[in-house]
Amino acid sequence: MSVLVIAEHDNSALRPATLNAVTAAAQLGGEVHVLVAGSGCGAAAGAAATVAGVAKVRTADAPHYKEQLAENLAALVVSLASGYSHILAPATTFGKNFLPRVAALLDVAQISDIVSVVSADTFVRPIYAGNAMATVQSKDAIKVITVRTTAFDAAAAGGGGGAVEAVGAAADAGVSKLLGQELTKSDRPELTAARIIVSGGRGMGSGENFKLLEALADKLGAAIGASRAAVDAGFVPNDYQVGQTGKIVAPELYIAVGISGAIQHLAGMKDSKVIVAINKDMEAPIFQVADYGLVADLFQAVPELTAALDK
Amino acid sequence: MKVLVPVKRVVDYNVKVRVKADGTGVDIANVKMSMNPFDEIAVEEAMRLREAGTVTEIVAVSLGPTACQETLRTALAMGADRAILVETGVELQPLAVAKCLKALVARESPQLVILGKQAIDDDSNQTGQMLAALLGWPQGTFASKVKIAGGGAEVIREIDGGLETLSLQLPAIITTDLRLNEPRYVTLPNIMKAKKKPLDTVKPEDLGVDVTPRLATLKVEEPPKRKAGARVADVNELVQKLRNEAKVIS
Repeated sequence: MSVLVIAEHDNSALRPATLNAVTAAAQLGGEVHVLVAGSGCGAAAGAAATVAGVAKVRTADAPHYKEQLAENLAALVVSLASGYSHILAPATTFGKNFLPRVAALLDVAQISDIVSVVSADTFVRPIYAGNAMATVQSKDAIKVITVRTTAFDAAAAGGGGGAVEAVGAAADAGVSKLLGQELTKSDRPELTAARIIVSGGRGMGSGENFKLLEALADKLGAAIGASRAAVDAGFVPNDYQVGQTGKIVAPELYIAVGISGAIQHLAGMKDSKVIVAINKDMEAPIFQVADYGLVADLFQAVPELTAALDK
Repeated sequence: MKVLVPVKRVVDYNVKVRVKADGTGVDIANVKMSMNPFDEIAVEEAMRLREAGTVTEIVAVSLGPTACQETLRTALAMGADRAILVETGVELQPLAVAKCLKALVARESPQLVILGKQAIDDDSNQTGQMLAALLGWPQGTFASKVKIAGGGAEVIREIDGGLETLSLQLPAIITTDLRLNEPRYVTLPNIMKAKKKPLDTVKPEDLGVDVTPRLATLKVEEPPKRKAGARVADVNELVQKLRNEAKVIS
């Protein structure tokens, strides 16, 4: 039996999260195949074929896969499902959106957000915002799984020699349409792939004050994140949010500035290697998980920190 | 149009749950239970659509033990017109919930089902998408804005890279994200009124649905604990520690 990984890509390149899902797939035993569904997606399919451990890339190239709408993508995956013991996608907004449709159409459970593979039918996944870890066993013939990307290393891109095979498109459901996208443009590293993250909370006080974090992030080559409170207050866009229902991150260094440390925020960052907290409230719960805690006014401490990095 | 709003009874979001010593689950005895926060947002959105004149009837649905009636009463106090409890003592997993909801959709014929994007207990993030698939309906998940016009729905979705706008044919499924709205507080007069609103009870068997769990939970454990580290006196000490002790910056 083989394992099918559904690639997240933009038609020209693979999204990095795909590589973490490939690593999880390789732990299941059996050949790893990758499905690249898109429109004019030959470059992405070619990239997938060079990922270490990928035996075969199956590519469906049709106009109605351009935006990878959940309705069309799920129908395609279901048409290809027989012969696979497992179907995986990264637990990103891409994977979370379409994969439950695949599971329902196959009449199987989905195992969401796995952080470890115990055996081919048994997996560990966080529940209650990561305050408990459940080991679950699937009784279904096909296991449909989303993979928490921070829990699996990225498979090496390049060097692999998988075959590329075209597959037929399923019909266009024609029930939904993408009208537009408003993507955040930034020269900084992507939040989920960054080695260092500087994150701001309600204590920042305003969106304008995030400039302090930008200066620090630029010096460190860091990405910028935020707590839910900062996003809800409109300081920064939604895609900055780190937490239970936002992005899950695990960088080498996470600097939490003016973040109190609600359970829901900790759920998104507590697997970071080193955590620094800067907060003027010495009782803030963030200090309970921080390796280095600095009780200070962030409006003094952050510029000081930025300057000190030059020394 | 009619809207169906499923609501789940979960451990309140302010409670830090404890794993049971025998590893069979988390201890929810004597713990505060509330409506799943994303479902409150779903009820609120249905209310706003009604206040805008788009929606005429809001039916709240919950699935689980008798105690879910409390959650339904909260939905009724927020403004739902009537409620249905699918009562069972069996542990319900998302696929089983989606199948029960599909059966209720066949009975009620709503044009829209609005659900929370995920429940904060099992964190599955599946039910809305599964229901959409079983019905063959389009979906707008993780919605931060919903507009109903011209026989369709326009949904702005929160995605990893930013936002995207979808146009969906009706009937459709929408799942809510945090920024969609801020749910109203229930007032005492509305709580009193809610007690008189109809609440029907059905069993999964009445709906012809087999709710047997597909996933077996073998054990539940505490996550690895992070120890609190050291306080640093000032920025210079912080930089020195990050450079020489943690070695994460150069």
